[in-house]
Amino acid sequence: MLKLLLWPTALLALLATSACGRKEPAANPGEGPAPRILLYGNGAEPQDLDPQTVTGVPENKLINAFFEGLVSYGNEETDTVGGVAERWDISPDGLTYTFHLRANAKWSNGDPVTATDFVRSYQRILTPEIAAEYAYKFYAVVGAEDFQKGTLKDFSRVGFRAIDERTLEVRLKHRVPYLLEAMKHYAWFPVHIPTVGKHGGLAKRGTAWTREENIVGNGPFVLKSWRPNQKIVATRSPTYWDRATVKLDEIHFFPTENLETEERMFRTGQLHKTYELPAAKIDVYQRDFPESYRSDPYYGSYFFRFNVTRKPLNDVRVRRALSLAIDRESLVKNVVRGGMVAAYGLTPPSTKFTARARLTGDVAEARRLLAEAGYPEGRGFPRIELLYNTHENHRRVCEALQEMWRQNLGIEVGLLNQEWKVYIRSMDVLDYDMARGGWIGDYYDPNSFYDTFITGGGNNRTGWSNARYDQLLRDTGTAPDETARMELYQQMEEIIVQDLPVMPVYFYRKIFALSPKVYWPANPMDNQNWKFVRFKE
Amino acid sequence: MIRFVFRRLLQTLPVLFVIVTATFFMVRFVPGGPFTAEKAVPPEIMRNLEAHYGMDKPLWQQYLDYLGKVLRGDLGPSFKYSNRTVNEIIGDKLPVSLELGGLALGVALLIGLPLGVLAAVRRNTWLDYSCGMVGMAGICVPTFVLGPLLVLFFAIHLGWFNASGWYGPADRVLPATVLGFVYAAYIMRLTRGGMLEVLNQDFIRTARAKGASEARIIFRHALRGGLLPVVAFLGPGIAGILTGSFVIETIFQIPGLGREFVNSAFNRDYTLVLGTVILYASLIVICNLIVDVLQVWLNPRLKFE
Repeated sequence: MLKLLLWPTALLALLATSACGRKEPAANPGEGPAPRILLYGNGAEPQDLDPQTVTGVPENKLINAFFEGLVSYGNEETDTVGGVAERWDISPDGLTYTFHLRANAKWSNGDPVTATDFVRSYQRILTPEIAAEYAYKFYAVVGAEDFQKGTLKDFSRVGFRAIDERTLEVRLKHRVPYLLEAMKHYAWFPVHIPTVGKHGGLAKRGTAWTREENIVGNGPFVLKSWRPNQKIVATRSPTYWDRATVKLDEIHFFPTENLETEERMFRTGQLHKTYELPAAKIDVYQRDFPESYRSDPYYGSYFFRFNVTRKPLNDVRVRRALSLAIDRESLVKNVVRGGMVAAYGLTPPSTKFTARARLTGDVAEARRLLAEAGYPEGRGFPRIELLYNTHENHRRVCEALQEMWRQNLGIEVGLLNQEWKVYIRSMDVLDYDMARGGWIGDYYDPNSFYDTFITGGGNNRTGWSNARYDQLLRDTGTAPDETARMELYQQMEEIIVQDLPVMPVYFYRKIFALSPKVYWPANPMDNQNWKFVRFKE
Repeated sequence: MIRFVFRRLLQTLPVLFVIVTATFFMVRFVPGGPFTAEKAVPPEIMRNLEAHYGMDKPLWQQYLDYLGKVLRGDLGPSFKYSNRTVNEIIGDKLPVSLELGGLALGVALLIGLPLGVLAAVRRNTWLDYSCGMVGMAGICVPTFVLGPLLVLFFAIHLGWFNASGWYGPADRVLPATVLGFVYAAYIMRLTRGGMLEVLNQDFIRTARAKGASEARIIFRHALRGGLLPVVAFLGPGIAGILTGSFVIETIFQIPGLGREFVNSAFNRDYTLVLGTVILYASLIVICNLIVDVLQVWLNPRLKFE
């Protein structure tokens, strides 16, 4: 009878041993100089590779490999270097940008990249039928918003003009001092119009032009293969103008939604870099694998929104009391970990701006304010709820805050967990008391943060409104120079810290595992220019 | 039998209709839509998006449009993966789920049946108790514990396999084993129970009295009847293996349909949710039908009615 046990066991063993040793992705973890293949954990499966219709971060990484805009990220942190444009002129009034394109910029099929390509690409993204979610990024350009909304039909009246095949002019309605920063975003990248036209036309969304057999790009890499939910292979472009700088032969992008799985992939050599690192592994990596642990600056804030239209949070004294009664230093050290920086204001420090205003005060001050608002020692304070989306880290932060408020203010705050889209919807319709929030800058400029709190702004989601704040934001468009503009942001930060539509908690850092063999320049926007990534010699 | 099968298939049509209708309206009433995102989109752009996907029409019209398309075999475009259709996604993912499910079923049967027979034949011996312990472990240890444990040992420690992925034959071993192990436990217990019941019946005693060998008694006389509970279990079991492999697909990063099904609900990818629901409902109906036919074949006392 034991034979009955033996044969299935033998079959399983045979299957196991016959299959061993065939580990495709780990076949070349970058041991030698050729082929130099970077194995990269890219988070989720991309929606598409069309730079004009996608919106996500994983898509961003891919599109940066396959396409290039007028300007690009440099090797050093937030450098701005020429992409397709080799240089540019800005008119004295700051309203006209003239880009001079490289003669050797080419599409992957050998066509030259021209100013007309850019103009027609921008026409496409602004075409209403494309329904491009990032079309609003062009609204500062003359006529762009009207064309996108359909009130202007004649695209020649929009502020884009190909002066000749190598000169592109962009005219703005008002000054946008951070325009070059904003242009690093893939919404500003060109698409190969003949290819797009061949596969459904310029006014059709979601066509087959981005499939591996069709796509034509102008970036440092070209799409070699795309196996959905398995792997996307980018190989070095033979036509890219700066191909000599490109050091990697291939990048293999792996969709890695599950952080634990991704970390195991890293440990077996299936990845050189993870998208992130699970919170539970931070201490382990810091202790056991310090050579693979990276914690880079990241241009983002983690905060909690107050619904200022609801009692008792419509009282700034209550908002201030809640904000002062938490111990941020302890929170980042013991709960969040990974080197996050305690935040006492909205905007993370950057090379061009560090906010002066800062939330100050202590627990005694918080108690005093709460009593002044009518809730001495928390008595009579109505039960409010802290809304957060499903995520282990958010839950831990919320529980810590709940305990801090209980101890320091004597108030009970309930926790309310919602699934991601329900949570976004609740914030959109102001159906919450306090809600976890965060903001990662769209571009490396404080405007990216302050712009979100304009009255009625779609990302405001607090019900907060301040006329002086709105006016200061408008004034930044006419500020005579950068010093004056930054001073206006300082005043806006003061208003935020004073009025507290949000309770700042910490500034992000990007935490991931990276093979010590890989040179990976730090970038606070977490946007790599792939041509600078390489294996160390 | 053909009439029986045909009648059962006809009965599935109203079932599928109700499932599609209920799912269509349920997903629409869940808060948040396919374009709800952290970074808000201006209302006029949102309207363009809705118009592109026909969501600007009244809900009843969207429903009728969808039904019309489904009848033509078109499950529509995916809201999330904008350049792919639901038909394409299912066409890509279903074979992976079928392969994983098929292998897991193989593992489950290879382990479960022999152990179940062994436990029944050697009941109340150390072999029976050992098999019982294996069965209990299979039922009690969740796949999200067993999976990572096997990865830690076989992939990270021994380096025999990839930690995840679906590239070469080696990548099938760990996920199929983990998924199959759970079902092996159930199959083992059912086989044991079924076999014990048959082995206690008079015709087995008669066979022994006539001098039939033990192997002949087990394989010729007892096994056919002893497998009846297993076959009854396999209908929902196979459907469960095919539809319920979400955890395994997540742990091992397998591009199967189970993961897509769950993610589509989170993404509010309405058409993909509906497409997978239709597919899974059809699979469950077909699996149960096959099991019904098998049961009649195994048990002469049953008839096609």
